[in-house]
Amino acid sequence: MSAVTDTVRIAAPGNPIGRSIRDSLIVAKRNLIRMSRIPEMVIFGLIQPIMFVVLFTYVFGGSIQVGSSTSTQAYREFLMAGIFAQTVTFATAGAGAGIADDMHKGLIDRFRSLPMARGAVLTGRTIADLVQTSLTLVVLAVVALVVGWRTHENVGKVLAGFCLLLLLGYAFSWIGALIGLSVRTPEAATSGGLIWLFPLTFISNAFVDANQMPSFLRHIAEWNPFSATVQASRELFGNLPPGFQASDAWPMQHPVWASLIWSVVIILVFRTLAVRKYRRAAG
Amino acid sequence: MPGAIYAEGLVKTFGDVRALDGVDLDVPEGTVLGLLGPNGAGKTTTVRCLTTLLRPDSGRAVVAGVDVLKHPDTVRRSIGLSGQFAAVDEYLTGRENLQMVGQLYQMRARAARQRAAELLEQFHLADAADRPAKTYSGGMRRRLDLAAALVVSPPVMFMDEPTTGLDPRNRQQLWEVIKQLVSGGTTLLLTTQYLEEADHLAHDIAVVDHGRVIAKGTSDQLKARTGGERVEVVVHEREHIQTAVEVLRGFGKGETTVEEHTRKLTVPVTGGAKLLAEVIRELDTRGIEMDDIGLRRPTLDDVFLSLTGHMAEAADQDRANGKEAVKK
Repeated sequence: MSAVTDTVRIAAPGNPIGRSIRDSLIVAKRNLIRMSRIPEMVIFGLIQPIMFVVLFTYVFGGSIQVGSSTSTQAYREFLMAGIFAQTVTFATAGAGAGIADDMHKGLIDRFRSLPMARGAVLTGRTIADLVQTSLTLVVLAVVALVVGWRTHENVGKVLAGFCLLLLLGYAFSWIGALIGLSVRTPEAATSGGLIWLFPLTFISNAFVDANQMPSFLRHIAEWNPFSATVQASRELFGNLPPGFQASDAWPMQHPVWASLIWSVVIILVFRTLAVRKYRRAAG
Repeated sequence: MPGAIYAEGLVKTFGDVRALDGVDLDVPEGTVLGLLGPNGAGKTTTVRCLTTLLRPDSGRAVVAGVDVLKHPDTVRRSIGLSGQFAAVDEYLTGRENLQMVGQLYQMRARAARQRAAELLEQFHLADAADRPAKTYSGGMRRRLDLAAALVVSPPVMFMDEPTTGLDPRNRQQLWEVIKQLVSGGTTLLLTTQYLEEADHLAHDIAVVDHGRVIAKGTSDQLKARTGGERVEVVVHEREHIQTAVEVLRGFGKGETTVEEHTRKLTVPVTGGAKLLAEVIRELDTRGIEMDDIGLRRPTLDDVFLSLTGHMAEAADQDRANGKEAVKK
């Protein structure tokens, strides 16, 4: 069995967790290199949220009442957490399209035939998306500052707000991963990854004060995982409008906890489903 | 002891379609098996089952001495797979692609870097090593894909239609690479639609159709099964066909087939060139003018057509009668 001796070159697999982290980082690096070579994707990903910041600020600002205020500045500050949250969730579509593309091109088959950690292809992808989302948020925060957004809490709280937003984005990229593995083409993953985000992000407290919605929608909005993160970061940024009364719903009373719980639950559920799907992927 | 690749009764169904209907294979170490068959015969599904990508519904498979169903991860350490698509990341450079694959085979970063450089050299990709793979030609991508499958010099290789879509020159080049690989002791399972490719590269050939292996053997054995050599004559005048048939009857070992519109007559013979000379003399004596005459040996194309053509009909017949198709 002379040929078999060549395989000794392969290092013995270390502990499974170490191997899983290492493999995930290798895949993340691959995806980041890809992103750096397709800068137009990153740029297009920025245009939409920037447009929303500008449009909502100047078109709706002053005509939407939040809390007891209709001032333009109050709405501007109220709005930003919503747009940040919407932006991070849009990473879903990117993850889905990327994974569907890998399936389509046979790369997933290549990975699945390698002796690598099972979840690493998906974890690597979601980590890369997290890096991209972080960069997007930085740019968006700068634009927001330019149009007049200000925070009124200490740096620690503001950063905590951003961390909750990124955690939500990371959780949603696992939903995207599952969508990407379930559809046949990258195009389907892009549209399938976006459609449901519109009702999800609009039936929430992101752009308007949910207290003013009809009660049926208000209940949905209050328990929407997305609303919890919006409310939490809004609080941590000190952007609650004057005279704002949080509703009695538990997630609105404890938005930081609600946001954490929702994000962790989404990660656990969708990571499990996506990894299982990946192992069975028929390509 | 089973060979480096061994499969027994592999069955895989997708909905109503029985993609594999009891595939048996045995590839001795260091040899090449060519898996031949029409589109949809089950070639790719067989490869996917053997490379741990797909779990068969039933059956057993052992690759490099390891049970594929019980220890897929161990099998993955000993195999290389080069698929129908050139599965490389087109935005990564050739070097980055190979390094990534090496590291995912659990090589250390430095070893992976070294190995990538070696392979780029060996596959004549050194000049293009630091360009994104999407700038590569089709042939270069195939070479990169193959190099990726060889990163750890796996003892067992699977290639699913490695040269489909390549031009003749690139195909020849890839054949050379594959031959070198095999001469180094690698066991290879190769699927192909090109009979010439199987003839060229494979020690043994298995013909697959409707998810079953319908014939196995060396290229020569399969050709012998289809029939030995034969004489083919194209007469100049249509009126001469009848006379020519009479002449050939005297030499042939079987029935003469006639294609009226091309004026071509074919008859199985034994006796080689000497007999051919006699046939020519006799036809000449009878005053029959010939456009062409020659001794033909069956090609793998003949084998393929006679086997799959016949079997497809037989299977359809059996299905129509509501019986299970006869297993060969």
